[in-house]
Formats: sequence, structure tokens, C-alpha cells
Amino acid sequence: MSDSNSYSDKNVQDEVSELETKSVTAARLFDIRRIIGGLFVVYGVIVTIAGLVASDDEIDKAQGVNINLWTGLGMLVLGLFFLAWLKVRPTAPPTPPISAEGAPRE
Amino acid sequence: MHTPTHLAAELRLPTNWLDYSILGIYFVVVLGIGFAARRSVKTSLDFFLSGRSLPAWVTGLAFVAANLGATEILGMAANSAQYGVYTTHWYWIGAIPAMVFLGLVMMPFYYGSKVRSVPEFLLLRFDKAAHLLSSILFAVAAILIAGVNLYALAIVVEALLGWPQWVAIVVAGFFVLAYITLGGLSSAIYNEVLQFFVILAGLIPITVLGLKKVGGWGGLSDSLTQSRGGDFMTAWGGTGIGSDNPLGANWLTIVLGLGFVLSFGYWTTNFAEVQRALSAKNLSAAQRTPLIAAFPKIFIVFVVMIPGLVAAVLVPKIGTPGSDLQYNDAIPYLMQQLLPNGVLGIAVTGLLAAFMAGMAANISSFNTVFTNDVWARYVVKGREDGYYVRFGRLITVIGVLASIGTAFLASSFSNIMSYLQTLFSFFNVPMFVVFIIGMFWKRASMKSGFWGLIAGTTAAMVNYFVIYKQGVIDIPSDQGANFVSAIAGFVAGAVVMVAVSLFTAPKPAAELQGLVYGTTSPGMSEAPAKGDDAWYRKPALLGWGAVVLAAACYIPFSF
Repeated sequence: MSDSNSYSDKNVQDEVSELETKSVTAARLFDIRRIIGGLFVVYGVIVTIAGLVASDDEIDKAQGVNINLWTGLGMLVLGLFFLAWLKVRPTAPPTPPISAEGAPRE
Repeated sequence: MHTPTHLAAELRLPTNWLDYSILGIYFVVVLGIGFAARRSVKTSLDFFLSGRSLPAWVTGLAFVAANLGATEILGMAANSAQYGVYTTHWYWIGAIPAMVFLGLVMMPFYYGSKVRSVPEFLLLRFDKAAHLLSSILFAVAAILIAGVNLYALAIVVEALLGWPQWVAIVVAGFFVLAYITLGGLSSAIYNEVLQFFVILAGLIPITVLGLKKVGGWGGLSDSLTQSRGGDFMTAWGGTGIGSDNPLGANWLTIVLGLGFVLSFGYWTTNFAEVQRALSAKNLSAAQRTPLIAAFPKIFIVFVVMIPGLVAAVLVPKIGTPGSDLQYNDAIPYLMQQLLPNGVLGIAVTGLLAAFMAGMAANISSFNTVFTNDVWARYVVKGREDGYYVRFGRLITVIGVLASIGTAFLASSFSNIMSYLQTLFSFFNVPMFVVFIIGMFWKRASMKSGFWGLIAGTTAAMVNYFVIYKQGVIDIPSDQGANFVSAIAGFVAGAVVMVAVSLFTAPKPAAELQGLVYGTTSPGMSEAPAKGDDAWYRKPALLGWGAVVLAAACYIPFSF
């Protein structure tokens, strides 16, 4: 810690650079695409079924549109898109940290 | 912004087991994300900034979602029911230019200097006085806004679902507390990305069905032009200087006050937003964070504004004393009228998710500033890193409890709260002055930052509370007065900074490397990562594309 009133950015950069080498988020954090995909597939199926069994009252309420069916299908497509994206481009392995020689990260 | 303090009691939604199942699944997933993200937290950098390792599309969607709180959604729909298509200004001129400026011009200094927060940048560029002042004000404001979000949630949940207010406050507070304490910023950001998609899945059906009900865009436009006049459906009609319009602002105060000062102050210096970009995995991803966010932001206005306009057609008296419905009721009213069970559950879940994410963005930025900028810098210095992770978790719990307290306070003193909110909103303006001058003028001295902040805040407050509230000059609306106050704060802050700089010592040039335009830091020379040189990932192309698209969106609403 610097005692003078002006604080050098060198200290912050060194501190953060050191923490970056110890950080484990890149290696251990799961991929959010799996969660979005999973949730929207589940929601999509639930809402699509609600649309398939919709009563006339419900369709009349929604201006004659079977909104559950359309929204459900839309959510299903979005969920499948995220799962497919995850399959095609799986989580990249974490980039190697700055080595001792100071070589730049890839 | 409007806080939905009054929602009509007859807005109770016909929810059933299906809607509650959808809501229940969401709460389970929210907690699951918290538990799953927990193992990724080892260092304080992991807890507060996700280890600076997230991809750009994740931070970009979190950036837009952190702003897409429910007070924003309900408030902007209310704005549309009240003022019409003028609402587009809050998006196309009041957000996009600032977001692009943040990405293209400011981000190399923010991200490249490796600061962990917006106040920390002020510490490097100016001195401890500016740093401590901005840290403490930010921390207090974040708790206040989190509490206001929580209170707004409680009112909406009480009206729509019939839960008592205290139940909603405690339940939502508990979930936010749990997932941030467990997984830190990663958990907050992941939940924001999820919330972004759920809220859109709720708003798009409301917009489509609402349009269908009033006869499409043509029917909407015709009936509002007839009932509210031709300017209601245009963005710029009636904004000539001296002419009268309900917004109480002319094109100059819209462009300078909203488009320049207020919007740049919010988007480029509000840490609850900037933190999302600072958690990106490299400089290119950090730059693209606000740029990726700009594209959804351009179009979100339609799913918020159209429901507001539809409500103005269906309930012509909305917001007037003769009606049971307030402007803030626009979206809940359409949910009740149009959505069957199923989609209704999605929309309710989206609204609750938006409230919680709005609160969580403030809590996760509060704990970072309080731990790094106040506690570790001035109170308990130089402890091992694990101590600050534990302290961060503790202060998260304290922060949530404090905002629960604020929410209960707000329920008894809602006027005081809206006053305080206005007061803190004036602090963003001088922050922007200090940043812009500090980044572009090497000579701006160490002491000028602190005095610029003080002078700008004072000027904006004097203009609002004395000159406008006491009626010294006549401005027809609060929104119009906000714009003028922002301009006053900007000018006063700038003048004082220049004056103080001329009489005090500049910061040594060696200490300004990477902080001022024209200098570079080691972090900035980093070559783009593999794949980041693809044309669609070029920040300049994304940024200018967003600006051109936003300008083009104005065309159909300008004539």
C-alpha cells in the first residue's frame, strides 16, 4: 500500500495480475448455455402442451390466437438452439495464464 | 423514473397451478445457479469480477439485463402511455451513443488499467478524496436503489398475486442473498442472462396480442392521433424551442440533457453497468460488452412502448383521477386482459426475475465497491485474499438486509424515497464530467476531481430543488427539469475542474500511463485473442453499426 496521497496504478495492476493467475472461474464455472437451453426446453414443452389443450375461452381471450402454442414453440426452439450451440462449440479450454517469462496470453 | 407506488387492486391476475409451477421452476433454477457457481469462487477476483474471464455475449446480455429491471419496464410503459412515442428518446438517443462511446473510447482505459471498479479508476487518475467520496456515495445509492426495487416488487406482487408485501420482500431478498453470497458476480451475471430471455418471452406475446386487439400498428396510430393529437405518435413533433409539449422538453434539452449528460453519466460511470464489462475475458470482449448490449437495447423499446400505447387506447382515461388505473398499470393490465394461463406464468416470472435482477445488479456492485474500495483500502488493509472473499460474502448479507430495511422504510415514506432517488441521480452527472475531463485532459490536477464532483452535484441539486421546485423558472414537468438540472451540473462541474486545475499541481505524467487519452498501458497492447479478429467482432463495426441503426429507427417516427 502506498502511503503518499497519490496512488500508483502499478500497485493495482500488479495485484490484479497476480489474482488473475490464481483465478479459477475460467476453469471451473459451468456454461450458462446449458442452463438457458434446459430451462427453455422445459418451459417450451409445458407451454406448448398448455396450447395443445387450450380451451376456446382461452383462445378468445388471446384475440383468437393460440398464444400458448406459439410462445411454447418459440421457447422450445430457443432452448434447442442453445443446446445445439453448446454441442457444436463446446466450452473452450481456459486460456493459459501469463507465463513467468511474460509471454502474452493467447 | 416512475416507481410503481400505486397499482390498482382489481389487477389481480387469474393465475393457477400452471403459472405457479413455471414460477417455482424459475426459483429452483436461480438457486441452482448459485450453488453451481460456488465452486468457481476461489480468489476475490473470482467473487467480485468473475476472474475477468467471461465471454462477450454473456457480459453483453448481462449489461443490458442489469438495466432491464422491472421498474424500468413498468416505468417506460407508463412513460409511453403518458407521453407517447417520445419514449424512444430514452433508448435511441438516451442510451445507444453512450453505450458505443463506453465500448469504443472508454473501455481501453477501464479494462486496460485493470481497475476493479469505477471509483478505483478515480483513485488512480485523481486522489483519495475523489475516490472515497465516490465510493461511499455509490455504496449508499446502490443499497437505496436495491431497496426501492424490492419495494416496487412487493407492490406489484401484492396487486397481481395477492401476497402480503412483507412476504414478497423477504422471499425475493432471500433468493438474491443466497445466489450472490454463494456464487458472487458469476451467479448474478448468469441470472441476468437468463432473466433477459424470460422477460422477452413474456413481453413479446403481450405486444403481439395488444397490437392485434387495437387493429395493428395502423389502428393504434390512428386512434391515438385522434385522441391525443398528432405529436403523440412522433418522436420529435412539438419539441421546437418555445413550443409546448407534455414532456416539457425541447430538442436541445433532449439532445444535451438526456442524450449527452444524463445518458453518458448513467451508462459510462454507473458501476452496476460497467462491472459487467470489467468481468469480460479480454479487452476485445470488454469493448464488445456494451456494443453487443446496444442491439437488443434498440429494439426493447418496442416491447415496452407498444403495451403502454395499447393501454392508452384501451383505457383512454388511464392515469387521470377519473380512472382506477395508473400509468404504471399498463403492462399488468394487458397481462390480465390478454394472457391465458401458461404464458401468463411466463410473464409473471419474467417480471419477478426482472425485479430480482435489478436488485442483484446493485447488490453485486455494492459488495465490490464496499470491500475493495472502502474496507480493503481504508479500514483493514493488507490482509490475505481469502479474508476479503469472506468479507465480501458477509457484506453481501449485510447489504441485502439493509436493502430489505430500506424497502420497509420506503413502504411508509415513499415520498422521501423518491426524493432521495432524485438526489442520487444527480451524482452521476458530475461523475461523468470528472471522467471525461480526466480521460482527455492530462493537465486536470489531482484535486480537481473531488471539487468537480462536489460542484457538479451541488449545481444540479440547486437547479432542481431551488430553481425548479420553487418555481424561479417555469419548466412544465419533472422530466424536463431533470434534463436541465443535468446540463447545469455538467457545466458547473467542468468549470470548477478547469479552474481548480489551473491553480493546483498536475499528476506526474508517469502516473497517468494508460489512464489518459493518448497514453497506453501494458494491458492495452494485448493482441486480440484467436478468433477475435473476425469482422463481426470488430468493435468499431459493431459500435458504428448500432449508432446507424438507432438513427435509422428514428426515421419512421420523425415525419
